[in-house]
Amino acid sequence: MNVTTIEVIVSVLVLFGVILALISAFGLVRLPDVYTRSHAATKSATLGVLVTLTGAFMFFGLEEGFFSIRLVLGIVFVFLTAPVAGHLVCRAAYRSGVPLDKRTVQDDLEPILGTQEERQAENKERHRRPHS
Amino acid sequence: MFDVVLLISLLLLTLSILVGLYRVIKGPSMPDRVYALDLIGINMIALIAVFSIYMRSTAYLEAVLLLGILAFIGTVAFAKYIERGVAIERNDD
Repeated sequence: MNVTTIEVIVSVLVLFGVILALISAFGLVRLPDVYTRSHAATKSATLGVLVTLTGAFMFFGLEEGFFSIRLVLGIVFVFLTAPVAGHLVCRAAYRSGVPLDKRTVQDDLEPILGTQEERQAENKERHRRPHS
Repeated sequence: MFDVVLLISLLLLTLSILVGLYRVIKGPSMPDRVYALDLIGINMIALIAVFSIYMRSTAYLEAVLLLGILAFIGTVAFAKYIERGVAIERNDD
């Protein structure tokens, strides 16, 4: 492949990833509550970063002949950990009693973990005496 | 042309970091702020990758891996603090 073909491929990958990251950032502002914002903040941002890093990997691999093992490790690590971190924060948000949006029609976890006021009071008590 | 595309990408990534910063400041609840910080960390990874393409240098690629690890550990610690009240639990009973 000549240099311009590589540059076109890398440009397309980088621009696609960056536009995905921008869309997810706007989703973080526009969506109504924390549970819908978690979709914007974890899924599309992760895909955007993965595509951008793949573009960087292809640029250094094809144009400069440099196989960057750090970039591969970064891609694998972000791919594995970003959904886990999103799930953990969402779980912490529900258990600490962050209210759902007013337009929510169904909450299947409420009969199991208690109402929002109960969860909030329990979380406040746990923060007051953390090591019990 | 290629450099112009990379500069535009850097600009858009900076814009998305600023938009995330708005959610960090405004965020009505603590998990909102943690999500926004996670998004800022992930966007910084992409920013460093694009910047290293722009500079034609592989010297910045260590920072990609480091920032990925630090963003993950920070988010997990924040999530545990929100849920439990402590980040590191004592087991001295």
